[in-house]
Amino acid sequence: MKQVNRKKNTRPKKTFKSELKRRFDMWLLQHAQAFIFSLGQYIKYPVSNILTTAVIGISLALPASFYLLLDNVRYVSSSWDGSVQITLFLQTNVDEARAAEFANILSDSNNINETVLIKRADALAEYQKLSGFAEALNTLDENPLPNVVLVKPNLDSSNEAETETLIKELEAMPEVDSAQYDSRWLKRLLYLLDIVNRLIVILSTLLAIAVLLIIGNTIRLSIHNRRSEIEITKLFGGTDSFIQRPFLYSGLWYGVFGGIIAWLLITISMQMLHGPVKQLANLYASDFQLIGLGFGNSVILLACGIALGLLGSWIAVKRHLRSIEPV
Amino acid sequence: MIRFTNVHMNYPGGNEALRNINLHIEQGAMVYITGRSGAGKSTLLRLIALIDRHTRGQIIINGQNLERVRNRRIPIFRRHIGFMFQDHRLLNDRTVFDNVALPLVIAGYRHQEIRKRVQAALDKVSLLQKVNSYPMALSGGEQQRVGVARAVVHRPAILLADEPTGNLDPALSLDTMKLFEQFNQVGVTVLIASHDLDMIRRMSKRIITLKAGRVLPLGGTPTES
Ligand SMILES: Nc1ncnc2c1ncn2[C@@H]1O[C@H](COP(=O)(O)OP(=O)(O)O)[C@@H](O)[C@H]1O
Ligand SMILES: [Mg+2]
Repeated sequence: MKQVNRKKNTRPKKTFKSELKRRFDMWLLQHAQAFIFSLGQYIKYPVSNILTTAVIGISLALPASFYLLLDNVRYVSSSWDGSVQITLFLQTNVDEARAAEFANILSDSNNINETVLIKRADALAEYQKLSGFAEALNTLDENPLPNVVLVKPNLDSSNEAETETLIKELEAMPEVDSAQYDSRWLKRLLYLLDIVNRLIVILSTLLAIAVLLIIGNTIRLSIHNRRSEIEITKLFGGTDSFIQRPFLYSGLWYGVFGGIIAWLLITISMQMLHGPVKQLANLYASDFQLIGLGFGNSVILLACGIALGLLGSWIAVKRHLRSIEPV
Repeated sequence: MIRFTNVHMNYPGGNEALRNINLHIEQGAMVYITGRSGAGKSTLLRLIALIDRHTRGQIIINGQNLERVRNRRIPIFRRHIGFMFQDHRLLNDRTVFDNVALPLVIAGYRHQEIRKRVQAALDKVSLLQKVNSYPMALSGGEQQRVGVARAVVHRPAILLADEPTGNLDPALSLDTMKLFEQFNQVGVTVLIASHDLDMIRRMSKRIITLKAGRVLPLGGTPTES
């Protein structure tokens, strides 16, 4: 112990604060070393690491893009939801002038946004043009179609009861023959979206587990490959946290790069879909545009990658480092 | 420095590797542990480094009762010990510098300090010119000297060497022993397990002979009471 004693005696008395600072510096230094070392390991074996990262990236990109798709469908359907309208078929004895007056009166009502009158003559002309029954219709001496008023309610369309009351009121009016309001298809769509949403949750969970397994297995292999190094490090007094740090950091790198790959895949796909979707939307006279990841979702995607990377490597480290002698 | 009192070591499976060992090795001593293969030499060194824990008796190292050293503290405890192995166990994907630097990196030294100490250690084993080589590019004797440099670079209080000359010819073996002697002269307590009796006798140091897990009372110097 001569040496150690001498060292101790020449060392100036340390205050608690400077000792704390020394420890913090050391901690920081060792983190920086592990950070850089693990990145170096990543670059050292590019092929296998890029393959692993690509698999992680695809596994992250799949559920993320499904969520994005769902977001877009929800957005589109919510705009339909707002445009739900009630169709009023007027009595055949109501002529066009009275129909126009009626439509006008309705539009002044509180729970109605606007009304559009489709005159029976216009409706017939349109129908003749579209149906191809022009000849047959010509033989009729009278126009069989009624005047129609389209009513856009000023109600929260999710409030079923209010809408029902409005329809009842409208139907009770003498001018109205029948009122039609079909919200069932929309409901079905919403239920369907709910099911799809759950499917995506299940899929995301499965793929998250897959990512954990991939990262865990990769880290397990690299622990195995560096077994002798770990043994020597333990013999020379490396603590568990010192030994596991580079492995945790490589899990972090897999997560980061996997997240970046997923982001690129999604962004490129969105770019490719952008044009066709715009053309489709134009056909429907809609200015709809695909909703992309945006900043918030990109951050979430990257955070998921990092969390899975760290968790996967942490599990592998806990399971496999213990088994290496000496303890 | 090192005191064994009635120490027994049973490996799991009932293998009794050490039986009732009583030893005292003073600080700054240089001691050879000899005996046939399977006599328990490696086990003795493993107990000192807490690689295995003894099953009965008391071991005190540097004032510390090993039973009181909890598993969490083992890494810190080992930083006062340097190791040497027969198969040197260098990391083949690291340069000589990185291999020797390992104990210092573990202990969290700063880069400049590491540089200084690694160079000093490599200088002592006359390998300064090989600092950037990889172990595979070195001869067996050179690899062994890198192992020596790594074992002493962090200035341990105790140096444990398990068959350090097992793969070397007599001349190189003697060189390695001379190196150990130099470290011993600056205060390091050195324990060398070896069955190379010819060489051991030439070094004229204390000899502890093990046989089937027991200390024989006919070492190189009078046995302890
Ligand atoms: N890990 C182990 N598990 C079980 N038995 C062991 C283990 N290591 C050594 N032994 C046994 O302990 C005895 C002493 O071994 P060892 O200390 O390696 O002897 P030496 O180094 O003198 O050749 C031998 O009988 C050996 O078989
Ligand atoms: Mg042995």
